[in-house]
Amino acid sequence: MTGTVAAPPTTGLADLLLSMADDEFVIGFSDSEWTGIAPLLEEDVAMSSIAQDELGHAAALYGLLARLAGTDPDAIAYDREPDAYRHCRLLDHGRGDWAMTIARRFLYDSADSVRLDALAGGGWAPLAELVGKIRREERYHRMHATAWLDRLARDDGEGRPRLIAALETLGPDAATVFAPLPDEPALVEAGILEAPMLDLEVRWRTAIEPVLIEHRLPLPPPMRQPDRARLDHGQPFRWLWGEFTSVRRADPGATW
Amino acid sequence: MSERGIQVSIAQARAGAVIGARPLGIETVRSALAEVMDPELPMVSIVDLGMIGEIVVDRVTGAIEVELLPTFVGCPALAMIETAVASRLAELGPPVRVETTFRIPWTTDRITPSGLAALATAGIAAPAEPDAVHCPWCGSGRVVLDSSFGPTQCRSLHYCRDCRQPFEAMKPV
Repeated sequence: MTGTVAAPPTTGLADLLLSMADDEFVIGFSDSEWTGIAPLLEEDVAMSSIAQDELGHAAALYGLLARLAGTDPDAIAYDREPDAYRHCRLLDHGRGDWAMTIARRFLYDSADSVRLDALAGGGWAPLAELVGKIRREERYHRMHATAWLDRLARDDGEGRPRLIAALETLGPDAATVFAPLPDEPALVEAGILEAPMLDLEVRWRTAIEPVLIEHRLPLPPPMRQPDRARLDHGQPFRWLWGEFTSVRRADPGATW
Repeated sequence: MSERGIQVSIAQARAGAVIGARPLGIETVRSALAEVMDPELPMVSIVDLGMIGEIVVDRVTGAIEVELLPTFVGCPALAMIETAVASRLAELGPPVRVETTFRIPWTTDRITPSGLAALATAGIAAPAEPDAVHCPWCGSGRVVLDSSFGPTQCRSLHYCRDCRQPFEAMKPV
């Protein structure tokens, strides 16, 4: 029961925490846009609950980062310019329709699950402990995404073509979750990350391809521009950033 | 996104009373914690929910340290629970430290039998995989899962085919 976090074994840890926190933060905010307008009442509740989980994961990851850096988690979450966020390009397409949301959740949840598995036994206890807890929650997100993927893929109305269109739009960016991180070899060396990100990408493709093939859905092509995968956020993210920082910017330094 | 871990300074007047006194027993601390209810499940205490990890009372100073295990990482009630724990324990006298931790992951297996009974009385079924959930009203196993996502992060929505009532269940994690 110590209140302090041990010194980080590598500088790459901060990049890893920031990329994961920003991923969870951005997908959480995107999902929260469905609150009140989802196709079914149960989905209003489900998407809101999933968004709440993801924002909670982001808060905890920003909290670890803030303790390493001696800063404030809210400042990391809200006080950066859009270009300083390090979420992956898969999450930069805007909310889109319901099929787009399900396709994004399926691709992201399956990738995030592989990434979490590779961190759960890791050599830095504060992260490994948090990941151990997060994994138990993410299981329900995967069940939800897979059930909806199945439902839309079997739909003989507009659901299936919309799902295919969404997977074709998101596919080229799906693997950006696994874009190599700057100090990644040091993270692997320190036992924090079990294997290099590109190995994790292979595991992820092995996991999802049978599901997509069974439904005759398009497989994600190879990742475009892996070195820019967490940079160059476009207009949809700038709009989202304007939304999620608006209250903070309206009265900087306000306390609640 | 509050910084976790609350340090409570106890009224200086009380500190004097502690000096020379025997440190409190763990069970005294646990009994006080058993009076703190979950804000989202007010029929159950945080002790019965299994949210208390290790309790340590310093043999020399009498200072109390308590581990709090969040049910979900993003539980919005957590800050309220931390404050409630800190203020209830502050009444005991010695300095108090509450640490929110994932060192021990909270799981639904940690809910005590009396916690499960209190939940059932309020119409919330015991945690089980969807095909093993039983209706808290009539006990039937002929139930369907409506959604894994309910009114709070820790609950799912179900329907009983026998008594035709909707109900909630604790989501197994």
